[in-house]
Amino acid sequence: MSKKILTVKDLYIAYGGIEAVKGISFDVCEGEVVTLIGSNGAGKSTTLKAISGLVKPKSGSIVMGEDKSLTGLSTDAIVAQGISLVPEGRRVFPNLTVKENLKIGAYLRHDNLDEDFKYVYSLFPRLEERNWQLAGTLSGGEQQMLAVGRALMSRPKIIMMDEPSLGLAPLVVKDIFGIIEEIRKNGVTVLLNEQNANMALKVADRGFVMETGSITMTGTGAELLANEKIREAYLGKSKTN
Amino acid sequence: MAYLLAGISAGGQYALIAIGYTMVYGILRLINFAHADVFMVAGLLMVYLTTSVPYYIAIPLVILITVLVAFTIEKCAYSPLREAPRMSVMISAIGVSYLLQNVALYVTGGQPQVYPQMEFFSRTVTIFGATTKMVTVITPLLVAVLVVALVFLINKTKIGMAMRASSVDFNTARLMGIRINSVISFTFIIGAVLAAIGSMLYFNNYPSVIPTSGSMPGLKAFVSAVVGGIGSIPGAVVGAFIIGICENLLKMLGLTPFSDAFTFALLIVILCVKPSGIFGEKKIDKV
Ligand SMILES: Nc1ncnc2c1ncn2[C@@H]1O[C@H](COP(=O)(O)OP(=O)(O)OP(=O)(O)O)[C@@H](O)[C@H]1O
Ligand SMILES: [Mg+2]
Repeated sequence: MSKKILTVKDLYIAYGGIEAVKGISFDVCEGEVVTLIGSNGAGKSTTLKAISGLVKPKSGSIVMGEDKSLTGLSTDAIVAQGISLVPEGRRVFPNLTVKENLKIGAYLRHDNLDEDFKYVYSLFPRLEERNWQLAGTLSGGEQQMLAVGRALMSRPKIIMMDEPSLGLAPLVVKDIFGIIEEIRKNGVTVLLNEQNANMALKVADRGFVMETGSITMTGTGAELLANEKIREAYLGKSKTN
Repeated sequence: MAYLLAGISAGGQYALIAIGYTMVYGILRLINFAHADVFMVAGLLMVYLTTSVPYYIAIPLVILITVLVAFTIEKCAYSPLREAPRMSVMISAIGVSYLLQNVALYVTGGQPQVYPQMEFFSRTVTIFGATTKMVTVITPLLVAVLVVALVFLINKTKIGMAMRASSVDFNTARLMGIRINSVISFTFIIGAVLAAIGSMLYFNNYPSVIPTSGSMPGLKAFVSAVVGGIGSIPGAVVGAFIIGICENLLKMLGLTPFSDAFTFALLIVILCVKPSGIFGEKKIDKV
């Protein structure tokens, strides 16, 4: 197996007194697409927020590469390390134009952004047409594209996406997963939270199943897709199917 | 004509204070009650500094120290409460307001401090057939320049973009690599610079500074910000000019005793008719 880029170990996260994540461990290798699947409230978003430094873990470690500890770093320092998050529910800045939303994705960079704009527009031609539109007036699908494009503008080593397919039409969902393949081809590691287990496991090299704060199953995308329990619980398919 | 000029000038002074209220509200959803007292402190600083240094040193020094005061207030009294309920921050702001007034009371010994009259500002000029003080003519021009500069800063620079982003969503702004605390400090700094400049224009028309000198102009600036739509910079400026001009027109009609009452009546009317103000955001509250 290739080099590990992210290692999460014994991670506990609590909101007030309630534990949302109860001692999970997993790792992500360079260039992989890894997915966290699981039902509502399993703690998937909480895990990604902890990696980004938006919530502070109670205990456990999050390490980037060989030995760069991320626990205790502020979110801006983690972004500077090359980790960007496409948050749940898109969260584009509605009062900024499409172009400004992309520009602000590159907030920590001081070099020329022309290439990056070109790259993002090549992935999402719609965004180029809507350059000057306020992001708040975009459709849900367009906002999702913008949120992904914005995260790419920082030239991340790891891009984390929290349910990018949520609330999108099937055709747009397919687009988004196509883009994930595209991003991986460019050497970016992808950590993906998904409810849409079917699509997610198809693109993922490996998957982790989360249930109420714990990881209950791991395997390659194909293995998990073929697993009876997964098929029942997350793919809505009966045993005889 | 003289009254109209005076109104525009007063409006400009309110505008400089109102921008500080509105910007801080825009980013923190906090009504910074201490802002009026920072304005008063700037006035006192001018009194004390001009006794030992000439104007061209005192003016930048007043601005600098006022900025430091506002910066320190934010770091000590608001920043530690970032995750606390908004009401706690508001109470902290009221506390700071009284603290500043009481420190001022202690330092001045309760004596009104005579504000230095800059000869240039007090010079009389005749404009459009009306005779008035230089400061009345300079104020609107200076305000216009500062507001244009500010609008440019907010709409065209990187830090301005960060301010606009942070004003809608702290966490997502953090995910862009923005340091929210720096953005907030910067907002307070701009508010303080404008308040310090405003104080130099404002106190020129008044003989002295006392610890509660900030209250009335501060309150009027706050009303301006609400009337214009709190959170909106153009709103604060327009609101301030409306109030400044209306007040002075009432004085012209011989209704001087009612000019302050008018301001607050206007506030009540606006709150009843259009609570979000003239340029107010439609959104009810920050999520
Ligand atoms: N800010 C918060 N305060 C208190 N509890 C929270 C907070 N955020 C999340 N939780 C709780 O933590 C648990 C995990 O939430 P999380 O958002 O991580 O789930 P999720 O796996 O992403 O679910 P979904 O698929 O619905 O997005 C839930 O029980 C949730 O109620
Ligand atoms: Mg979630």
